[in-house]
Amino acid sequence: MKIDKNTINKIARLSRIKLDDKESEDYIKDLNSILDWVEQLNEVNTENVEPLSNISSSILPKREDVSNDTNSSEEILENAPDKLEGFFAVPKVVE
Amino acid sequence: MSKSSLKQTLKDLDTKKISIRELNQDYLKRIKEKDNLNVFIHFSEENVLKQIDNLEKDNSAKKLKGIPIAIKDLFCTKSMPTTAASKILENFNPTYESFVTQKLLDEGSIFVGKTNLDEFAMGSATNTSFFGNTINPLSKENEPLAPGGSSGGSAAAVAADLCLGATGTDTGGSIRQPASFCGVVGIKPTYGLCSRWGIAAFASSLDQAGIFSHNVEDASILLQSIAGFDLRDSTSAKVDIPNYFENLDDDLNGKTVGIPKEYSIDGTPMEISQIWEDAIKVLEKKGVKIKNISLPHTKYALPTYYIIAPAEASSNLARYDGVKYGFRSDEINSLDEMYENTRAQGFGKEVKRRILIGTYVLSAGYYDAYYLKAQKVRKLIADDFNKAFKECDFIVTPTAPSAAFPLNEKQNDPIKMYLNDVFTVPASLAGLPGISIPFGKDKNNLPLGIQILGKHFDEQQVFNAAVSLERSYE
Repeated sequence: MKIDKNTINKIARLSRIKLDDKESEDYIKDLNSILDWVEQLNEVNTENVEPLSNISSSILPKREDVSNDTNSSEEILENAPDKLEGFFAVPKVVE
Repeated sequence: MSKSSLKQTLKDLDTKKISIRELNQDYLKRIKEKDNLNVFIHFSEENVLKQIDNLEKDNSAKKLKGIPIAIKDLFCTKSMPTTAASKILENFNPTYESFVTQKLLDEGSIFVGKTNLDEFAMGSATNTSFFGNTINPLSKENEPLAPGGSSGGSAAAVAADLCLGATGTDTGGSIRQPASFCGVVGIKPTYGLCSRWGIAAFASSLDQAGIFSHNVEDASILLQSIAGFDLRDSTSAKVDIPNYFENLDDDLNGKTVGIPKEYSIDGTPMEISQIWEDAIKVLEKKGVKIKNISLPHTKYALPTYYIIAPAEASSNLARYDGVKYGFRSDEINSLDEMYENTRAQGFGKEVKRRILIGTYVLSAGYYDAYYLKAQKVRKLIADDFNKAFKECDFIVTPTAPSAAFPLNEKQNDPIKMYLNDVFTVPASLAGLPGISIPFGKDKNNLPLGIQILGKHFDEQQVFNAAVSLERSYE
């Protein structure tokens, strides 16, 4: 078993998702079965194969280095759950 | 084709046989009648009427003036909220318009509403939406069927004749599979053809926008409208967009179709093998050369996809942290607790599953074994297609391994759910254009789809083959 209680806790922590015990149990089961299934890729010989990370056949275009003004701070803050004097507001981070 | 087509409607509007108001009131009426299908996450009659008012005052000629279009709720729209079918974006009102929807607005189309989808486009049945299932309009009474997914709301909107076209997005089959399930046309163009600016990102090396419509001609008109280069999406391609509709040519004489043997898989229902054979026979009669091809790494496409897509999703969805927009949990004694509770309460089960698996395959010590390995197999899958397209002009396969299944049937076994995408995922990994067209029915009279794949940026060939098959079928 690749994913155990410790591993799921670690991944959940890295993902910033709180899991209760029942959810942890379920995801341990799910993730193990998914990982077992994807391991069939080990049958494929990929020696000297370049990883494909970008399938776009076009060359990345360059743009002029000019300033533009697309968003106002007011617009950016419009959907914020909490804001204060033109800033995003979050719970206190320093004691 | 009993429903009026976009092409015909444009003519009727042009000759004043019908007004923009009359046309849209007809659609509004149907949308209200079919409320039980749960096609729309957001629908406002007032908003539609306002759009009609504005267009009536506008004297300029516009290509899609007055045409009712439904928008998958993954596209940011200024005039309507955008949720990605997630609680975490339940109250999100974009302050900007996506590239694709802006193009449609510029051409004068009317947005009838925002359609339901699987949460963040993760699913194959539109059953992971925070806003409930969409019901396939072809369901019999008391036997609700899934519309497919993730763009199930858009496919259902076209199938129920609630619009003349709809936008969708396709990461591993999210346009083609629901099109097949709902008996409509759905095209996912080449990766890079349409800018993703303003589309909530799922898996950025795969995501692409596309179109649902009643028929191939309409799809060719609409795709031209939403395609195009955009500096704000670094993967957007600088290619000329042809007039697909004007160039439509159903004469396939002398062309070669590739038939990949690896798409004959165990457990595929007889009826699906049958429509595939029927399509091949039709093409043969039209003078198309039949070429058996091999795409040897096909069976590895799904596991490859289910490493790459969740990995990219885990990164893309990191932005939903309860700070900048969207939902924030009430239980926030510290910053970390705010993140963890917000994401725990804001995301649904499937989205969390994919974030967790994606985080795992990218985490220290596992990156090479999973993510890098998958990227290498992806290269082999893409190479298979490149090789095959040296011998053929287009490829024909079934779209999905089944017809529409009952709602909730596949909810508990993730791998079983993932198998829905078995025929659509390989082309997604290779970035190729693909269309699904209705072609035949199963024993329960449910539609089945045929998929046509083409070379990069050869949407014209895909449309030509599709229109040819469609016309032979009618």
